[in-house]
Amino acid sequence: MKRLVLLFLGLVFSVSITFAQDDLMDIFGEEETIDYTSATFKTTRLTLGYSVENPVKNDMIFLISHHFGNINGGAYEFFGLDQATIRLGLEYGITDRLTVGYGRSSFNKTYDGYLKYKAFRQSSGAKIMPVTMSLIAGTSINTLKWENPDQENYFSSRMTYLFQVLVAKKFNKNLSLQVMPSMVHKNLVASSQDKNDIFTIGAGGRYKFTKRTSINLEYHYVIPNQIDSYEYTNSLTVGFDIETGGHVFQLFFTNSVPINTTDFLTQTTDKWENGDIYFGFNISRIFSFGGKKH
Amino acid sequence: MKKYSLILLVLIMGTSVFAQKFVTKSGHIRFYSETPMETIEANNKQVNSAYDHENGAFVFKVLMKSFEFEKALMQEHFNENYVESDDFPNSFFKGKIVNNEDIDLNKMGEVPVKVIGQLTLHGMTMDVEADGIMDIQENMISASSKIIIEPKEYDIKIPGAVVKNIAEEIEVFINVDLKKLSK
Repeated sequence: MKRLVLLFLGLVFSVSITFAQDDLMDIFGEEETIDYTSATFKTTRLTLGYSVENPVKNDMIFLISHHFGNINGGAYEFFGLDQATIRLGLEYGITDRLTVGYGRSSFNKTYDGYLKYKAFRQSSGAKIMPVTMSLIAGTSINTLKWENPDQENYFSSRMTYLFQVLVAKKFNKNLSLQVMPSMVHKNLVASSQDKNDIFTIGAGGRYKFTKRTSINLEYHYVIPNQIDSYEYTNSLTVGFDIETGGHVFQLFFTNSVPINTTDFLTQTTDKWENGDIYFGFNISRIFSFGGKKH
Repeated sequence: MKKYSLILLVLIMGTSVFAQKFVTKSGHIRFYSETPMETIEANNKQVNSAYDHENGAFVFKVLMKSFEFEKALMQEHFNENYVESDDFPNSFFKGKIVNNEDIDLNKMGEVPVKVIGQLTLHGMTMDVEADGIMDIQENMISASSKIIIEPKEYDIKIPGAVVKNIAEEIEVFINVDLKKLSK
């Protein structure tokens, strides 16, 4: 009997020592917190077009975008590297959700400005939101000299507007997909058969194959019977992202010459199958002003 | 036989009467990396910690995504590239106070303590030991310590491009105000 009691005591003691730390860990329970998804994409561009990402409050992104000439120009054109279309852009976070952006493109000497608002953030845990959604409203102004300076020309004819809804989901740490219906409104079109409002639907995504590199794909389909006066094609871009600290380098092949969104959505005219492919890159650099204080 | 039953009874009674657990969910951990290129600092003020005076057990549970950095980009890189918070959301410490008998809850004031245990970070578990101070107060213990963590020991890889921006030894400052668990 004595032995039994001793054995029992010993057992109780050893068990309590072994599990003491684990038991103590149980005190915290499984309290659920809201887990917001971060880094759905590496930067604010998927390849050419906008991604749902935005700079946080007081962060500024400087973005240099470059498309070279067509690769099938051959050795004479140094496979397109002799020519370039360029856009310089700035984006600034007014709040963690609202961004103002500005850019200047060499294609049609276009200035563009936009506001981007993150309406929903994907989250899990205590609050479940399946997707991130951002809204974009922008305008661009073509500043080429008037083709017919003798006739009466209106400044409003230079204006084009963009409305875009971006819906993205980060499925896991590597795979993120985005759909992006867009409407481009042109104040002036070439013929009466051309629609002023042009609707497109786009889809794209990224797959990360290392922590700092990913393959990106972006496609925009122009809904038929809207553009009549020229032969348009759908924009298709295959890209490769490399992130190095404060910079993101995006290299891509595309059939779109223009860089500005209103233009590459509706004024892409080259075909992949004809070899009219352009090499391009974006370099984005982030600057932080007045970081969070603790 | 009766004697042993009595001891058993006292022991069982003893554990329930003197079970003195101290807990917080708002502890503070700050880490600091300084190189000539860059100073990186992050704060987490939602640290879970508990101490059991009965057996000296001392544990921490830290949600990695709760670390706040000065720059949002640093925070993104910390979670995405370094500690990989999607795969390893929490860091744990399970340990014991070696000189637990030095802590007398009826005697207010500071007691130097030595803690040994296992730290799990980025899915890797390592033995650690640390010296700290426990400040005994009325129904509360303020515990503080400083440890050094080497990212490479926990298989946290730092690429060549930023190797000059992140210190090889990260200083971690721990400060928890543990409140007596009333039952």
